[in-house]
Order: sequence, then C-alpha cells, then structure tokens
Amino acid sequence: MKISVQKEDFDLGKEVDLLRKDEKVGAVASFIGQVREVAMTLEHYPGMTENSIKKIVEEANSRWQVMDCTVIHRYGELKPMDQIVLVAVASGHRGDAFAACEFIMDYLKTQAPFWKKEHRADGARWVEAKATDDSAAERWQDPKRKAS
Amino acid sequence: MKLKLRFFASLKEQLGREVEEIEVPAGVATVAALRTHLVKRGGEWQAAFAEKKLVRAAVNQEMAPAAAPIKAGDEVAFFPPVTGG
Repeated sequence: MKISVQKEDFDLGKEVDLLRKDEKVGAVASFIGQVREVAMTLEHYPGMTENSIKKIVEEANSRWQVMDCTVIHRYGELKPMDQIVLVAVASGHRGDAFAACEFIMDYLKTQAPFWKKEHRADGARWVEAKATDDSAAERWQDPKRKAS
Repeated sequence: MKLKLRFFASLKEQLGREVEEIEVPAGVATVAALRTHLVKRGGEWQAAFAEKKLVRAAVNQEMAPAAAPIKAGDEVAFFPPVTGG
C-alpha cells in the first residue's frame, strides 16, 4: 500500500506498473481527478490527512479483495488540467478493483482533510462542500454492500 | 485544562490564526462544549462557531462528532467541511 500527499505531479503509468508486479493480480482499476477550469490552492492537515486515507484504504481492504493500492493526493498551487488525485487498486478480478477504487474516492471526498481555494478573476474563494459528495459516501454505509 | 487548537481553510482566515494553546475550564469536556466556549469570545468567533455554521472537528487528528470527549493535552482542530479529491 502506498499513500502519498505531495506537491509534485505523478505518473499513472509508473504507478500502475508497480501495482501489476504480482502474478496473482488480474485487474487494476484507477481513477485520476484533475483541476477543472479554475486555478486553485489545496490546503491539508498534515498527519491527519495520511492517517485518514490509510483508514479509508483499510476499510476498502476489509470489504473487497485489495491486493495492493496506491493513493496520491497533491496539495499546493494547481492550475487547470493539473492532476490532483490518483487512486489505483490491484485485485484478482475487476469487480473488486472497480468497487474498491470508487469507494476509496467517495470516502476521500468527505473524510480526508483537504480544502480547495479557487483563484477566479474576481478574487479567491474557498470551495463549499457538496451535499452530493456526502450522499456518494453514504451509499456505501451498509457494511454488507459489496459492489454497486 | 490545556488544549492545542488548530484551524484550517476559511476558518483559519476568518479567525486570523492557525494554532493556539488554550486553557479551558474542566467542564468543557466535549467538542460541542468547546465550540460553545469559543462562541463566548464574541466577534469573529461568534460568527465562525454559530450553531447554524457547518463546522467540522477532529480530536487528535481523527474526525470527531459534536459529542466526542476531549481531555487535557488533546489537539482539537476546527475546519469547514472538506473539499478534496
């Protein structure tokens, strides 16, 4: 498991290759989030950020077969089309890989302490949390739920 | 009892501080009680911690509901709902 909170960019190909280095892996699902249209600054809570992502990954691990997993989240100054976040999950089969990847992303949106400040022409403003992010995370709350 | 407070994002800007060591009465034993205690400072504090404002908290770097207990030496952080990802 690799969790990194960093200023630097990342390379999806390299990260996926690292997850494929096991003959038992039959599927790797990955997600990338990128900055849409407006430059922003991302602030986070060092220490808590890493711990909260670790807990989310552990929860995914308890629900699905997660053989390995990489989560990278950037902070600092980001411009439109910059990559922000990477979640990649290796598993034996695609169902577990897809579900765990989506679960980690949904929980990260509501549990990991990051805040976006957008820099628009008329000034900077903090992005407000969306209710749809809460509902995306809540649909996983039934612990028996295995996949969407 | 002594606590370490931390503030992030819009709350940090509104209150003009990131970190503060604070001494609170022993009766301030939960996150909700601490919030009420801070509202009493008035001004920006009252505005930032008013009941209708969505403020999240973490105790010792774990997300904490309003009823979460706090004890001497804890690090308590307040921040708006998160917007990462």
